[in-house]
Amino acid sequence: MKQIYLDHASTTPVRPEVLEAMLPYFTEEFGNPSSIYSLGQTASDAITTARETLATTIGATATEIFFTSGGTEADNWAIKGFAHANAAKGKHLITSSIEHHAVLHACEALEREGFEVTYLPVDEHGLLRPEDLKAALRPDTILVSLMFANNEIGTIQPIGDLAAIAHEGGAVFHTDAVQAFCHEPIKVNELGIDLLSASAHKIYGPKGVGMLYVRTGVKLRNLLNGGQQERGKRATTENVPGIVGFAKAAALAAADATLEHDRQQTLRDHAIRRVLAEIPHAKLNGSWKNRLANNVNFSFEFIEGEGMLLQLAARGICVSSGSACTSGSLDPSHVLLAIGLPHEIAHGSLRLTIGRSTTLEEVDFAIDSLETTLENLRMMSPLYEDFQQGKVDSVIKQYAADGFPYTN
Amino acid sequence: MIMAMNYSENVMDHFTNPRNVGEIEGASGCGTVGNAVCGDIMRMYLDIDDDGIIQDAKFKTFGCGAAIATSSMATVLVKGKTVQEALNVTNKAVMEALDGLPPVKVHCSLLAEEAIHAALWDYAEKNGITIEGLEKPVADISDHH
Repeated sequence: MKQIYLDHASTTPVRPEVLEAMLPYFTEEFGNPSSIYSLGQTASDAITTARETLATTIGATATEIFFTSGGTEADNWAIKGFAHANAAKGKHLITSSIEHHAVLHACEALEREGFEVTYLPVDEHGLLRPEDLKAALRPDTILVSLMFANNEIGTIQPIGDLAAIAHEGGAVFHTDAVQAFCHEPIKVNELGIDLLSASAHKIYGPKGVGMLYVRTGVKLRNLLNGGQQERGKRATTENVPGIVGFAKAAALAAADATLEHDRQQTLRDHAIRRVLAEIPHAKLNGSWKNRLANNVNFSFEFIEGEGMLLQLAARGICVSSGSACTSGSLDPSHVLLAIGLPHEIAHGSLRLTIGRSTTLEEVDFAIDSLETTLENLRMMSPLYEDFQQGKVDSVIKQYAADGFPYTN
Repeated sequence: MIMAMNYSENVMDHFTNPRNVGEIEGASGCGTVGNAVCGDIMRMYLDIDDDGIIQDAKFKTFGCGAAIATSSMATVLVKGKTVQEALNVTNKAVMEALDGLPPVKVHCSLLAEEAIHAALWDYAEKNGITIEGLEKPVADISDHH
């Protein structure tokens, strides 16, 4: 069966050119970058070039780029490393309620050590309100960590405004840009970003490599102690093929960034319009305007998400859900709850994320399949039966009545 | 057959082609358990003849793949049984008939057992009888409506 992969926010396939660039560093150019003979120097040079490429992508200098094992390590390092190095200045941090668990759980770990963390709320579209950040800043606030774009609902935050407010309050600004890096234009100096996390496998690079941008002068405590790699900031022999692949992926993305962004956005808008026009009891989650070009996230009433995913998987369609059942916990996604979705419709959510290979035909097939799947599941649903008999009200209808724009 | 979530082939079969989906008009007994906040609701309809034999069983379920599969299997297992025998269709029996469930999904099979009990309780109440060993089900969502 043909697989239709619409889960690019989870991970992406490695582009052939990326793989090709990586391959020599597994075999003939296998040297340890710390070795002084030429085999080592070739590997070292490859890292230097990669660092420069990635720095250019975000308008930074090469000495501000540190390679990590991925986005999670970059987030942990930025948050814990900064807090530990700067605790003398204050022990208060600010983040948001819709961050990735890499940020949320790093903050929770700091709370257990005696740091205080404020979790900013978001509005019904998943957007942060700059005035909330302003109000949360305290004299002892050392770090503000707010994600560039959300992994579930695709909401893009006003990062420049938020960073400016953080700086006015004397705090350093970190952003988890894992979903936005190479998808949205990011220039750290224009936006005022001091720390930025990114990952290779979200941009058609390999898994197991990421980076942390650290503005010159920002002090972090090391997470990993050992050798002198990454200028003594992160010990462990460098993942040379991964780093080379990461840079190659970023360079390739830059080559047609605007074109591909707009192409995916057209497909996204087509999908959103079709769902709103054709599928009853549906609600778009997240802002339509301030949204990643590849993200579609809907809640469908009277059904549960896992059943929807399994039926779509049976048709070869790979998508994901904010349903509890897919995560093994009983609570639905913290992001969907943070935008105010009641549990019953948060359970019935679907995320579809478009990628470079996605065609209009694939999107249409997915939406057609979704319609069939929802009809099947609603026929089976006691909630739908009660709704049809007038015993329960539609939650989504209430959203529409309250003036929420993107519902059906 | 698509394998997902470590579900057995049998679970996927009952999820993909659920048996006995629907309603029974004028059912002898009907019970609903679970709630939408937790993400699982099961409603079971039973048609029970004068000899106390379950002639037909139908279900509707809001829930994950495991919840739908266990509902389907529960209706298959109770059909043709006496009311008393239906009490032996425990969550363990439903799980075994499905060749097991992943650990995080075991609670779904408890809901299937509860749904059978809720439908039997409704039948007993309607007919003013007591079914030995049947206790009032706890998770009836009709209480919350």
